Amino acid sequence: MPFVYNFPFFSIFICMISGIVTPLLKNGKWAYRLSLFAAGAGLALSGVLLGRIGPANESFSFMMGHFPAPWGNELSVGPLEAVLATAICLVMLMALLGGSRDIFDDVLPEKQKLYFIMMDEILAALLALTYTNDIFTAYVFIEISTIAACAIVMAKDSAATLVSTMRYLIMSLLGSGLVLIGIVLLYCITGHLLFPNLQQRVLELVATGQYTMPLTVVVGLIVLGLGIKSAMFPFHLWLPPAHGSATTASSSVLSGLVVKGYIILMIRLFYKVFTIAVIRELRITNVIFLFGLAGMIVGSVGAIKEGHIKRMLAYSSVAQLGYVFMGIGLGTDVGIMAACFQILVHACTKPMLFSCASALSAGRHHNKQLYALRGAAYENKLAGVGFTVGALSMIGIPLFAGFAAKVFFASATMAQPVKMWMTLLTLALSTVLNALYYIPAVAALWSRPAEGEAGEKQPSNPAFAISTVAFIAAVFFLGICYQPVVTLIQNGLALL
Amino acid sequence: MSKMARSKKEKQTSWQRFCTWVNGGTAEQPLLPAEPAKPKKAKAAKPKKQKAQPVRKEWMGLSRFEHIYRICAVLIGVVMVGVLMIAVLQLPLFGSPDNPSVNEVVERYVEKGLEETGAVNMVAGMILDYRAFDTFGESSVLFLAVTCVTMLLMRDRNNTNKEEDLLTAREHVIEGYEEDIILTKVARIVIPCALVYGVYVVLNGHLSPGGGFSGGTIMGSALILFAVSFGMIRMSQFFNYATFRKITSCALMVYAASKAYSFFTGANHLESHIPLGVPGAILSSGLILILDICVGIVVACTMYGFYALFTKGEL
Repeated sequence: MPFVYNFPFFSIFICMISGIVTPLLKNGKWAYRLSLFAAGAGLALSGVLLGRIGPANESFSFMMGHFPAPWGNELSVGPLEAVLATAICLVMLMALLGGSRDIFDDVLPEKQKLYFIMMDEILAALLALTYTNDIFTAYVFIEISTIAACAIVMAKDSAATLVSTMRYLIMSLLGSGLVLIGIVLLYCITGHLLFPNLQQRVLELVATGQYTMPLTVVVGLIVLGLGIKSAMFPFHLWLPPAHGSATTASSSVLSGLVVKGYIILMIRLFYKVFTIAVIRELRITNVIFLFGLAGMIVGSVGAIKEGHIKRMLAYSSVAQLGYVFMGIGLGTDVGIMAACFQILVHACTKPMLFSCASALSAGRHHNKQLYALRGAAYENKLAGVGFTVGALSMIGIPLFAGFAAKVFFASATMAQPVKMWMTLLTLALSTVLNALYYIPAVAALWSRPAEGEAGEKQPSNPAFAISTVAFIAAVFFLGICYQPVVTLIQNGLALL
Repeated sequence: MSKMARSKKEKQTSWQRFCTWVNGGTAEQPLLPAEPAKPKKAKAAKPKKQKAQPVRKEWMGLSRFEHIYRICAVLIGVVMVGVLMIAVLQLPLFGSPDNPSVNEVVERYVEKGLEETGAVNMVAGMILDYRAFDTFGESSVLFLAVTCVTMLLMRDRNNTNKEEDLLTAREHVIEGYEEDIILTKVARIVIPCALVYGVYVVLNGHLSPGGGFSGGTIMGSALILFAVSFGMIRMSQFFNYATFRKITSCALMVYAASKAYSFFTGANHLESHIPLGVPGAILSSGLILILDICVGIVVACTMYGFYALFTKGEL
């Protein structure tokens, strides 16, 4: 076995061990450095792995221990997993860099270490959700990311964050509970926990027509549970307060990564356990499709009504997640490819928008109402440019990443006439709605401030500059040179 | 938007309203109450009233639909119960030999478990050897849960005030003076027994029912009993936040390191050089004993940590 095959296991363990060691460190600064190291090491390992298995187009499974798969645990890695893991580590690293100043301002000094424990464990959980080949391991890491995600919202310790954490916690636990019931029922009717064995049994059950009703309930419960946790349309109301009130790095990580972790798991379950054909036959894809369309509209309308820039971005996340669910709901390979691409696009764009928004508000006494930010872009030009690039990408202007994603969604629907019209109309409407809140926000940022409104110029922040430049580069890369990424995703989906 | 904001805005023309919206609202009439405009450093001292406003408003908005919400909630609940009941009724019968869950996986656990893991207690062999990665995740869940509670409840300048500090100081003084005779006498007898029993359950995890999770809970309850009967001050003489932190981190580190070694050797098909020993002996079954001890320590500390944080907000 090539040594490179150990890298997924190394990256998960480096993150988990960093989290465990953190309480022994001297202070929050060192914990921050260790978190940066963990994310950086994860990025390097995943990058090398991607460079190795991406071009070779190979996939492998990694035995966690001395016992082969149905008895022991297993990771399974292919091009898709490698791409997603690289993106996750990159976004984590950049979100930590971009939000570092706010973390040290918002979190009490004695609790900063604890905050970074949560960040490390979230990264470990996301990597494990991406790599695992075992449904129970997936559940364990869902739990880890649930707890840690609530903690990073709560870390700011203001009234607003506590209330929104409470709401997030209840919804998130409801989601975990439904997933767990789904897993238990699935184990009862199949007797397996490993993805390939589960798939074999599920196909047998479908072929013989046994346990059709429990199987439908299982798929429903798992989709519902993961949907609640990733803010699918009717269950999205917890997201704007939680993502809008948390500290910058938390908002970036939650919007950019944590909600995506569950969607990635859902896609992998659809491919590796239930198979797309079965899911389509059970008509679950149609439900996801309609929820996705509704989410695109409802999220954007919510964002239009919002005057608080971070909550506006959070509502926009609901809309963007709607795109992802719409892609999954198409129930075809191209649709899910577009959904995966949208996951990458949103993961690169939204953290940049969040960190730029809070960098812009820093000069205005952290007042995040849009009216208070008029002309703020002149005080921190890089943040202004970053916000503008992010906004244009979210609207879907050509050359920016969001445009490529929308093109893929539009072309993915061509085979299904009914869904095509619904998708195209909703895409058009949602683009207009996106423009309706992003353009005024960008215009407000770049308009000349009125007398007495101008804030002080911000001191330069190299960490923030690195993260914004990297994110801008990623947005243009995904918008212009998307072909290699798309090829990797397609190959990865074919190998799942 | 709230009613108040709307009634004020009625006097404006729709064009003016549109202009306001394009500008992101005006300073006089924000769409939502602003966060207090104060420099960040002074944030801790800000009054909480301003922040509480959006919550209340939201609640008032909810109360309008309260009846509909209640009816819907009941309906959804009933439907969910019905669906789950129907699904469960169609499941294979529990314990019947032709269950789908009676397959090669279970067979190997039962038949070869002793030989491959060296653990007489089959469950220990399963959770700490066959599926040790999941159990590592579960121990991390405990660690995260107690870290989370620490983050929320640990006394700091945001969640305490002078009165509370005074009250706690007084409680400490009272604890120092008054000893409940019945409680302390009983505790003196029960605590050593409970601790020894907990240690026994942990150390015999691979031989008899029990193991790290159950033994750790017993030891944790002994610690809680000590804190209840002798007071937090006596407790903190040998167990404070620093010790707690070190013990938990070190135990999890040992777990992570030994399992990382075992995963690495296993996946790369290397010899692990860990002797399995004679099944039934106390020093047997390879890493399981060490892992059990680590899990036991983490669980005991977590149990006591929850108690201390929820009652006093400190360790």
